[in-house]
Amino acid sequence: MIKSLVAVFLAAILTENYVLSKFLGICPFLGVSKKLKTAVGMSGAVIFVMVLATAVTWPIYQSMLVPAGLEYLQTIVFILVIAGLVQLVEILLKKYMPPLYNSLGIYLPLITTNCAVLGVTMLVIEKASGDPAFTYVSALVNALGAGVGFLVAMVMFAGVRERLETSDIPQTFKGLPITLVAASLVAISFLGFSGLVENLIK
Amino acid sequence: MNPIVIAIIIVAGIGLVVGLILAVASIVFAVPKNEMAEAVLEVLPGANCGACGFSGCSGYAAALADGSAESGLCAPGGTQVVKAVAKVLGKDAGLVEKKTAVVHCVGSCDNTDTKMEYDGIKTCKAASVLTGGTGKCGFGCIGFGDCVNACEYDAIRVCNGVAVVNPESCKACKKCVAVCPKNIISIIPVKKAAVVRCSNHDKGGITKKACTAGCIGCMRCTKVCPTGAIKVENFLASIDSSLCTGCGSCMAECKQGCITM
Repeated sequence: MIKSLVAVFLAAILTENYVLSKFLGICPFLGVSKKLKTAVGMSGAVIFVMVLATAVTWPIYQSMLVPAGLEYLQTIVFILVIAGLVQLVEILLKKYMPPLYNSLGIYLPLITTNCAVLGVTMLVIEKASGDPAFTYVSALVNALGAGVGFLVAMVMFAGVRERLETSDIPQTFKGLPITLVAASLVAISFLGFSGLVENLIK
Repeated sequence: MNPIVIAIIIVAGIGLVVGLILAVASIVFAVPKNEMAEAVLEVLPGANCGACGFSGCSGYAAALADGSAESGLCAPGGTQVVKAVAKVLGKDAGLVEKKTAVVHCVGSCDNTDTKMEYDGIKTCKAASVLTGGTGKCGFGCIGFGDCVNACEYDAIRVCNGVAVVNPESCKACKKCVAVCPKNIISIIPVKKAAVVRCSNHDKGGITKKACTAGCIGCMRCTKVCPTGAIKVENFLASIDSSLCTGCGSCMAECKQGCITM
């Protein structure tokens, strides 16, 4: 049981990294990765929202949508729940962590429409439908892993971005073009992890 | 029951629950707004110049409201703003000296000369990095007007090769002080007081060759000053404006003519 959970967790971070393998959540990945501090703050908020969103959407899906035969409503219901959760997180941050609230600025509301968060909640349900061993706990671990994977990608890319700042880049590539090229190279490097988890935990 | 009705009930129900939770949370976890700080912010100029040493007007307003900052740090606002802030905070205003920037150089084209034909980037910073300035005097105003560009109040002009501050429009925001590569601009109180308008630390002979209006460190002014406000260090006189009474005896005594009122 624990073995399979570890496998789910590691897979979500490395082989199925939501940013670098599934290309979800590219907007904050490019937007907030300029500085390490905001990247870590944003990732913290994403981890929190991802786990919370999965914890709430899974029971809603399994106990309300499936019995009523309304699986097709999952996108809109999930967006609704996630939007509410992000608002709640925003209120809590404003109250208890004002520095983080100020540094996250516009990006916290952006988690509302962050496809990585929506992607995690929907993909765990897809996984569960194909694998009966994939339980509620696995879904939560998967969400946590996805969040940590987001953090890893953000922190790594913040390092790359900081080096881009100081390097001599041809005029045509300056700014976003070189950032996208760098992002694609980082994504390719993550292909190296494929098969790692399956062979590591048998 | 019609599946569409169930769908509507479920989505609307979830929306209602989420809305209720948010409504309760926004009341329970409401952040008490500092009304005093908001009121202070209203009367500050809103220039966000940072002359007070805080991060913009809102930072200064917050510090004023919780009493951790002195009033009167707002240079652009001057006395008017201090009075308004005091009114909001319910304290005595106290008097604020109006301050102005002053360029410690009178090396105009009449007094000094260039040492080279400069054809590079026309900014003081570039010229300073390249050759330490284009003039014969290595300490003086380069005159490309980095300070003029930095000034948001249109208070600095380059006249005859040297920057001059108009105290009437100067708000003492220190932006020019920060950009001057020669560090020859300082902030002084506006009052009748003498100012040494030279920054040359070379020995008298070398200074004389570079500029006819340079301070040669002859110490005549220190001897005539009745209040002892003038000191000469490293061949350059400086006047403590808090001690200066503005009697003008040093100005009359200075043969070089680099002390002005």
